[in-house]
Amino acid sequence: MSEMVGKLFGWVNSRLPVSNTFERHLSKHPVPSKVNFWYLFGALASVVLIIQIVSGIWLIMPYSNTEEEAFASIEYIMRDVDYGWVIRYMHTTGASMFFAVVYLHMFRGLLYGSYQKPKELVWIFGCTIYLAMMAEGFLGYVLPYGQMSYWGAQVIISLFGAIPYIGESLELWIRGDYYISGITVSRFFALHVVALPLVLIALVFLHLVALHEVGAGNPEGVDIEEHLDDDGVPLDSVPFFPYKVLNALVGIGVFMTVFAIIMFFFPEGGGYFIEMANFEEANPLVTPEHIAPVWYYSPYYAMLRAVPDKLGGLIVMGSAVAILFVVPWLDKSKVASIRYKGIYSKVALALFGISFITLGYLGTVSVTEVRKTMSVICTVIYFAFFLLMPIYTKYEKTLEVPERL
Amino acid sequence: MQEKDNTRRKVLIGLTSAVGLSGIPFAATPFIAAWNPSAKAKAAGASVKLDVSKMQYGQQIQVAWRKQPVFVVRHTKESLENIDSALPKLADPNSDQIEEPYKGQNPTRSKSSEYTVMVGVCTHLGCSPKYHPEVEPKPWDASWAGGFFCPCHGSMFDMVGRVYKGVPAPTNLPVPPHFFDGSILTIGEDGGTA
Repeated sequence: MSEMVGKLFGWVNSRLPVSNTFERHLSKHPVPSKVNFWYLFGALASVVLIIQIVSGIWLIMPYSNTEEEAFASIEYIMRDVDYGWVIRYMHTTGASMFFAVVYLHMFRGLLYGSYQKPKELVWIFGCTIYLAMMAEGFLGYVLPYGQMSYWGAQVIISLFGAIPYIGESLELWIRGDYYISGITVSRFFALHVVALPLVLIALVFLHLVALHEVGAGNPEGVDIEEHLDDDGVPLDSVPFFPYKVLNALVGIGVFMTVFAIIMFFFPEGGGYFIEMANFEEANPLVTPEHIAPVWYYSPYYAMLRAVPDKLGGLIVMGSAVAILFVVPWLDKSKVASIRYKGIYSKVALALFGISFITLGYLGTVSVTEVRKTMSVICTVIYFAFFLLMPIYTKYEKTLEVPERL
Repeated sequence: MQEKDNTRRKVLIGLTSAVGLSGIPFAATPFIAAWNPSAKAKAAGASVKLDVSKMQYGQQIQVAWRKQPVFVVRHTKESLENIDSALPKLADPNSDQIEEPYKGQNPTRSKSSEYTVMVGVCTHLGCSPKYHPEVEPKPWDASWAGGFFCPCHGSMFDMVGRVYKGVPAPTNLPVPPHFFDGSILTIGEDGGTA
């Protein structure tokens, strides 16, 4: 019996690089021997991606993408479909958790210079994933056709209207109607469940292939490729299995616990994960008193509101995301990790983190004069962090990076 | 000999690529055009009619046209007399920055000297401004002269939908195509006269 299985495996293996690929990318893939919890979030992101795909497929089945039935079909999922509420809350919690782990994952990148040569492409693929996720999240939020779906989409689509000359016809083209109708919902549905997931999966594949080509980083910023053993394996590395896998499993266990607590007990997240206005059906004639995005877009929304000009606001918001892509060329430091960078980098990163979180808060609350001023200050800090990076990373005193990990 | 072959090859590659690339716009056309409003959506977006003679003076009503709120205001005499009372605070009092369909016909911006017809969607981010006709101090403006206030981001418009300076909304509320046939107002069509 085992002989037959072995033969069958040999037959497949000589036609498809199964064990080769498995060893190269999973079992024997060398990873740095010393990393910390910041290095978990990539694995967690892939776990959430799988949760989103599976729960998403199950949500497509009872969902209806017409103007008349979209909202009712969500209530049908929540009330009449067995365990429908779990599947829906899994998906909504998953969306928030996806952004949570990706924000932490990206912050890890800034902390330990995970974008520096030769990892520029890994970083760029990652930024593209983030961009695709933002689009994916927005499209998904429109599908229940609740009040916040409608008015949130109204705000986002009207942003395109700020583009000179083509703006208005572009808005009409995106909606396919004179308002956000069933036509808009069904095209967003197609993009949300087919087009963007395909893009996302392809990007994740590229992100990982590029990462495995250049090797994972570590919190010390030590290049482990400098010291290899006789087989060409870095001395300061361990094989992915079992070391990294078992280690990640612990993190995944903790993460899943948090996930389950939110899903079962706080699925609405106090109005931050699912906004209260979205429990009412879309009504094009009545604007909710207060329009705010879900928490993961709110920093950019605060930037948008900080600029009194519509086109200017759009440009600032777009640049805030676009600037992430060029970070590998803004950092002129000789060292990768914040541990060996100078005081300027540390202060800059701390200020950046504080301003981003503050913007996130400001984007969820209504505008007052004081808050508007704060938004402007935080937006300036956000951009200063990136735009001044070539200067403060170049002219600061850095510490000596050790040879070995 | 070698070079001559290469030139020939390059020309052929160039030509075949050009022919192939020229097909891209044709292939893309159906995919792009399919996103335009369909014939059904266009038909549903046609004009609406209503009788405005029953409106009270100073009253504002909302009509759905293309599922957008269209505001119709029947001005009082006082408000018509004070129509320019907020003039120094307005960003574009003569609607020079937008396409104004009935420019210069009436101070109400409409085809009637008594009614104003405007799309009730804030030109900032598409919220629906609220009607506050009272001339009294308001939390957003101590010398409020009556008009529209957007609860989303605080944009202000006067009684005929002209935007204030220093607010997020960039332009005046647009005036939709409309015409009056006696007391019957048609929104969505010009009546062929303008």
